[in-house]
Amino acid sequence: MIEEIITSGRMNPEIDPVLHVWGWEIPFYLFLGGLAAGILIFSAYFTLRGRQDELPIAVKWMPLSVPFLIGIGLISLLLDLSHILYAWQLFTNIRWESPMSWGAWTLLIITPLSIAWIAIWMEDIFPKWDWKFDEVKTVVKWLKEQRRILAQILILLSIILGMYTGILLSAFNARPFWNTSILGPLFLTSGLSASAALIAYFSKTELEKRLFTRIDIILIGIELFMIVHLFMGHLAGTQVHIQAAQMFLGGAYTVPFWTFVVGLGLLLPVSLELLELKHKFIPAIVPVVLIIAGNLALRFIVVSAGQASRWLY
Amino acid sequence: MRYAMAVDTQKCVGCNDCVVACQTENDVPIGHCRDWIVEVTTGTYPDLGLEIRSERCNHCANAPCVRTCPTEASHYAAGGIVLVEEDECIGCKACITSCPYDARFIHPEGYVDKCTFCIHRVEKGQNPACVSVCPTHAMIFGNLDDPNSDISKAMATRKWKSLIPEAGTEPKVFYLL
Ligand code: SF4
Ligand code: SF4
Repeated sequence: MIEEIITSGRMNPEIDPVLHVWGWEIPFYLFLGGLAAGILIFSAYFTLRGRQDELPIAVKWMPLSVPFLIGIGLISLLLDLSHILYAWQLFTNIRWESPMSWGAWTLLIITPLSIAWIAIWMEDIFPKWDWKFDEVKTVVKWLKEQRRILAQILILLSIILGMYTGILLSAFNARPFWNTSILGPLFLTSGLSASAALIAYFSKTELEKRLFTRIDIILIGIELFMIVHLFMGHLAGTQVHIQAAQMFLGGAYTVPFWTFVVGLGLLLPVSLELLELKHKFIPAIVPVVLIIAGNLALRFIVVSAGQASRWLY
Repeated sequence: MRYAMAVDTQKCVGCNDCVVACQTENDVPIGHCRDWIVEVTTGTYPDLGLEIRSERCNHCANAPCVRTCPTEASHYAAGGIVLVEEDECIGCKACITSCPYDARFIHPEGYVDKCTFCIHRVEKGQNPACVSVCPTHAMIFGNLDDPNSDISKAMATRKWKSLIPEAGTEPKVFYLL
């Protein structure tokens, strides 16, 4: 039996013939959110472990980038809004059922906390730093005393932020490719991996470099495992999920995904990192650039493929 | 009150009158539409089957578009009609990606737009524009909670289906078979 569906009278821009309402802004925003979350998690975690002096790049330096990452992320989210003059409505409503809503709120809370977190380390990284006003000095002093609590809150919020970048997509059952709860942990892990790679790149000591290279290798392993699981889950699902998976197993996304995300973004850099640990000379910039590019590619491809996947009726 | 619509696939001829009526009634911007016609052909020549459907937002009782909206722009109005409040919509398009029927679109002014079941007419006791112009009387609009309404009677006596109920949306536009 042949079934042919002819749709007449509908050619809504960006909806037909294939949905593409989300362009580069959303995947870029998800990438930056994941990166910021990863940096904060490492910084707060190693503070709790009392290793701030041993791992200065991870704990003290990298968080400096977080407000910028979040800021650029928010700008790109705003650029995506087609009714931007009403954007403030995001912050006059809290809707727990809507990941878009609680994600925006999480970002709103995490931004000042990340600035407070940076303030704690300012005098450590810039020895000549002077807060000038006594009020500020008192606040920073108080923050330093609260360091452990702040670190715990930051870890919790950053995990939420990192997971959210995936849950934003997996909450849409209308798009079968996204509709898998593994996207949350996958995007969190991939954000952590990108930040570990960056820390390893910037680190000055052998100890910090090797530690984060090792962490990154483990994270990439977990990521590969989750990607396999993502497809196993879809292939064991309903017809629409099977078709969604087939876009990657012979369909239009096969080459970009397996080449840029899995090959160049995960397998190649992880091999280079393993060689690095064996003291082979690998230009340090190579794995980090590959990992960041793979991270971006993962989000761009997932956002695009999800919109191309659909229910059949 | 539970407003719903039934489209008789035995009567619909796919003339597109409902599409044009909606565009006129609701000032739908050119190049966009809130309702549309789908023709499904099954079988291999010469043994063919044909189903023609006039489709629109299903005003789902468990609407994912309402659930994922970060503001309260997408909401349930009287009788379960799903509406978008222009001044609360930020244009994030989460609702568009949530709708398995692709029933929504971005209005050129930036907010999200879709079928309203012509609530402005329904409140006055009239039928939605599409229903009222249909030359074959293929569409029935009414209150499912009233057992004597035309739609309740049609649903009780005819075989019917809704579109992808397995998506969990509880659609309220039905197709009489
Ligand atoms: S058909 Fe789509 S837009 Fe209409 S209520 Fe259902 S999910 Fe929302
Ligand atoms: S585009 Fe508008 S109606 Fe749709 S989810 Fe966003 S704010 Fe709500």
